[in-house]
Amino acid sequence: MTRHQGRGMASINYPIGMNLGGDPSQALVHANPDGKFTVALSAIDLGQGMKQVSRQIAAETLGVPIEDVYVDTADSDTGPHDMGSFASRGTHRVGNAVIVAAKEARGVLLEAAAEELEVNADDLVTDGKGNIHVRGAASKSITVKAASQAAQFKQGKTISGRGIFLIPLSNVNPETGEMSPVTAYAHACLVVDLEVCDETGDVKVNKMTSAYELGRALNPRMVEQQLVGGAWMGMSHALYETPEPYYPNPEHGGRDYNEYLLPGPGDIAPHDIAVLERPAPDGPFGGKGPGEMCANPVLPAVANAIFNAIGVRIDTLPITPEKILRALKAQGGARPQVRRA
Amino acid sequence: MARMPVQFRLNGSDRAVFVEPAETLLGTIRRGLGDFAPKFGCGQGTCGVCTVLVDGEPRLGCLTLSVTCEGRSIETASGLADGPTLHPLQAAFMEHFAAQCGFCTPGMLMAAKALLDRNPDPTRVEVVEAIAGNVCRCTGYEPIINAILAAAQQRGARRA
Repeated sequence: MTRHQGRGMASINYPIGMNLGGDPSQALVHANPDGKFTVALSAIDLGQGMKQVSRQIAAETLGVPIEDVYVDTADSDTGPHDMGSFASRGTHRVGNAVIVAAKEARGVLLEAAAEELEVNADDLVTDGKGNIHVRGAASKSITVKAASQAAQFKQGKTISGRGIFLIPLSNVNPETGEMSPVTAYAHACLVVDLEVCDETGDVKVNKMTSAYELGRALNPRMVEQQLVGGAWMGMSHALYETPEPYYPNPEHGGRDYNEYLLPGPGDIAPHDIAVLERPAPDGPFGGKGPGEMCANPVLPAVANAIFNAIGVRIDTLPITPEKILRALKAQGGARPQVRRA
Repeated sequence: MARMPVQFRLNGSDRAVFVEPAETLLGTIRRGLGDFAPKFGCGQGTCGVCTVLVDGEPRLGCLTLSVTCEGRSIETASGLADGPTLHPLQAAFMEHFAAQCGFCTPGMLMAAKALLDRNPDPTRVEVVEAIAGNVCRCTGYEPIINAILAAAQQRGARRA
């Protein structure tokens, strides 16, 4: 029995969103009588941070404290239309829609404040702490709360904004077949170090090392959380999970977590991540977002590392011990490949 | 079959309920007593999201019959916080981003509490063993392991 060391890598250019129909997202922002704001979306937060990032973007654009923004998602009866949370599009598409809506609401807020202060709205600035004042004259000020209440109870205005982000549909050029389905790409490179046992076919992951370029990391700790967790979802696809292990034969599919395998806490390995921030020109505050890219490079990197370790190419997923042993038998044993330092 | 009376403590309060003979502790806690912290996942003891403590030991609520809990003390994630003050494990889970979708969290917290109650200064390997029966889809476990180790360290610092 020998455990063969292998290293594999994969690089990806990953599209943010998919513009096959404009890929729109909408947002509605309004102030409540207490001067706090509600952002209504139909995009879903499954734990990836959609609500948090939308809240940051809305607060930054409105110029109010983040505590004064509430994000209401996932009610498609009351929220405006959204294509959904998929295709790594949330931060980029929804974030841009929130900026448009928040800008409009901010405009109305400043108009209301200007009327109360008897100044020109163009001369007003926000301090991000709940106050609006004349540029260069901090004492000539009104709170966001007072301005909101004046608008709603005295001036008869709704402090609200509508936002949509829509990329014009890209048609296919009939001559060349070219099209531009996306406006922003994220990028990543990931290296997997693992070892393969040539007697049992068992694969043990020792280390992952990765670099991600995903625009500005609008919430760096949530980005890190996504990348750490998503990599193991990718590893699960690479080495463990499948509903139909003998596809297209539907037999022997896992019926519970004893048979449908996932990595457990004892299977994980260190993951060294570098996040490169290059703000995207059309992203909200430069953000593109990690999205599906967290998981995707792991699969080819693992397949490459297994080839590097034992010289067999497995081209179906997941790469189970059974597939490795069958491939080793067909090849007549392990043939470790050259390994560069 | 006739329903049977069972009395136990749930998060420090004495509770008395009538249960079906084959009713699971998870069903009694959720439907009978309205504590929805423990979750129903696989229903066959393989995912860990229903983990509760019975007399301090981690038990799978979906495989434990309620009638076997007569006179015992049950703890769920609902009982961890002391009023507005979070349990050190809950605070550490927040600080270390140890939850994304949150479905595994109540089970992870109780498995971790059982560990720290009997072993206040666990090694990383002991933490991994303690949560080995709990599946997590989102986090890759690393933030959860780090949170449990941090909570242990913080409790240790408070005692010192």
